[in-house]
Amino acid sequence: MSKRYVAGTLFAAVLAFSPLMSAQTTDKRESGKNIHRDGWDRVVPKAPVDQKSDPAPVRDLTGIWEPTPGYRDGVFATGPKEYPSDGKPEHQLPFTPLGLKTWKEHKPGFGTTAVPIAENNDPFDICDPIGFPRLELFNLRAIQIFQTKSQVAIMYQNDQVWRNIWMDGRELPKEILEPRWYGYSVGKWVDDYTFVVETTGLDERTWIDNVGRPHSDALKVIETWHRINHDILELTLTIDDPKMYTKPWNALNKFRMRLQPEWFDIREMICSASEAQDYNKTVADQAVAEKNAKKK
Amino acid sequence: MKICLRGFLVVVVYSALAASVFAHHGNAAYDNKTMTVKGTVTSWDWKNPHTFLKFDAKDEKGNIVHWLGEWNAPSTLVNFGITAKSFKPGDEVTVTMNGMSKTGQPVGRITKVILPDGQELSMGNER
Repeated sequence: MSKRYVAGTLFAAVLAFSPLMSAQTTDKRESGKNIHRDGWDRVVPKAPVDQKSDPAPVRDLTGIWEPTPGYRDGVFATGPKEYPSDGKPEHQLPFTPLGLKTWKEHKPGFGTTAVPIAENNDPFDICDPIGFPRLELFNLRAIQIFQTKSQVAIMYQNDQVWRNIWMDGRELPKEILEPRWYGYSVGKWVDDYTFVVETTGLDERTWIDNVGRPHSDALKVIETWHRINHDILELTLTIDDPKMYTKPWNALNKFRMRLQPEWFDIREMICSASEAQDYNKTVADQAVAEKNAKKK
Repeated sequence: MKICLRGFLVVVVYSALAASVFAHHGNAAYDNKTMTVKGTVTSWDWKNPHTFLKFDAKDEKGNIVHWLGEWNAPSTLVNFGITAKSFKPGDEVTVTMNGMSKTGQPVGRITKVILPDGQELSMGNER
């Protein structure tokens, strides 16, 4: 047997079991079964039930992450995981009078205050920027995190936007001259595995979540990203807005995301204004008919 | 409960199941009924935030009724074997919807579509 043949056989065997080849394996498309696929239609392997993970690397969040155990667990259609709008007493938010009044002015499509689409005034339904923190409190899907010495950048599948979190020692702006859809963010490592981010300067036109919870110009969002091991990252997100809420509240509490393979391609997920307009018109037509029917 | 309605093959079930959870917009315009309709695809709109399957079916007088079936977003459907190429105009389909327009309009939220060859497209038990 020639050395070249042996080498070739060995190479083929290694390739067959490599992550690259497994990424290219396409399961038969089977309707009714949830077979998760990335943006290039590659099947995403399920996480082992009892996965033994390596320790987390020090001060490193880089990688592609998705909610776990289900990749759709971050949809939060009826509000963030810890405080859905479901009428349960334990999910009542500590609104100030202004907060409650502003929430009632918002007309969402979901939750206890949901209205038909023709009456909806959700800014995201016309594809205004989703804004922060709604970016993480509605449709939190895959994210990709990059790090340099001076910043952490997060790219989101949700609406295909990114945020820059500065850790070069700067402080949050003392005066906000220009509110931004995604605000101004600074972060710091509080230990080797925990990165805390503060964000202010958020545009008041955005909603906090998919059920229209409001915020003011005083909103500060605190994110605690804690990497518990090589494969799992936990996100706790705190809302602190004394004009709208009498005390801070955790919209997410140790919400888990799992590290994905390097080949994972984040699927495009963009709010297209023309498609949204078409959708709203098509669905609103029946809602208007419903309204008219009620009047008769 | 079965109702033969105007010549459609229609099965209406008053379901205790909640209407589909669609993430972008609400469910307020839909009730909890389930209905199955046979028809011919006129277009398959692979769009955000949700997809539309438009199909025609005849009523008992032979009039064409233009149906609109709303389904989940493309980014969800692809994980359940449903793609932008799943339907084309002219396909004969049997469409099951759970969550019908409260106004009685021919609009509903799709849970399952059966193609002429018997292939069934659905999200299983997920919404």
